[in-house]
Amino acid sequence: MRTALNKVRGLGSAKNGTGHFWKQRITAIANIPLTIGFLLIIFCATGLNYNENVELLNNPIVSIGMILTMLSFTYHMRLGMQTIIEDYIHKELLKISMLILNYLFSSFVMVASIYSILKINFGG
Amino acid sequence: MLKMKKIKRPLSPHLQVYSPLINMVMSIVHRITGSLLYFGTAILMSWLLCIASGEAAYSTFQAISNSFIGKVVLIGYTWALIHHMLGGIRHLIWDTGSGFEIDNINRLAWGTLIGSVLLTIIFWILNYTLS
Repeated sequence: MRTALNKVRGLGSAKNGTGHFWKQRITAIANIPLTIGFLLIIFCATGLNYNENVELLNNPIVSIGMILTMLSFTYHMRLGMQTIIEDYIHKELLKISMLILNYLFSSFVMVASIYSILKINFGG
Repeated sequence: MLKMKKIKRPLSPHLQVYSPLINMVMSIVHRITGSLLYFGTAILMSWLLCIASGEAAYSTFQAISNSFIGKVVLIGYTWALIHHMLGGIRHLIWDTGSGFEIDNINRLAWGTLIGSVLLTIIFWILNYTLS
């Protein structure tokens, strides 16, 4: 019993090839400067009152940085949690349910965060 | 689909037979910090949501984050973030195919641990003294 060569080449059994690996690495690299920037934002935001915080997030560099951070963080954490689920959950139905939940949770966190940043900037 | 028969087969020894090595512990911690950050990002989201919702919601967030548990969670979050970032840099170095010598591996593992703790302490001391 052998797997046909055209199935082995390129994409593998999940049909995704090395896509997961590359997306994981690209977001990992992006997360380095984004994390440093994010820590600086937290640094500036600590102890600020409400109006000062809104003013900080109204700065275009801060809000663009935060949007990129939330995009990259949520993408990276979805890939990471997917790997953890695939590693430890072996019951098929539970595994697929967790994978779907992971996708939905990460998407929700991403959209809600970006919505908030945009509302702070343009919502008035 | 073939139905697999459940046969009790002996298992080869796993993690429990090895005494912990620093690179192995840091590998496990990398996964744990990743999981913590997964939920920490939801805290980050609620910070943004509270600011977007207005002053009342924001003061609720501030009250929670200024409580003892809130402070522990925030300091833990920044430590996990820094540890995961340093551990990630370590993995990116390995991705280039270098740094696999035993003493290099040990140095990088200790560097991740000590660096993350030191940077977290410096971050919060500076944060509290300057703000």
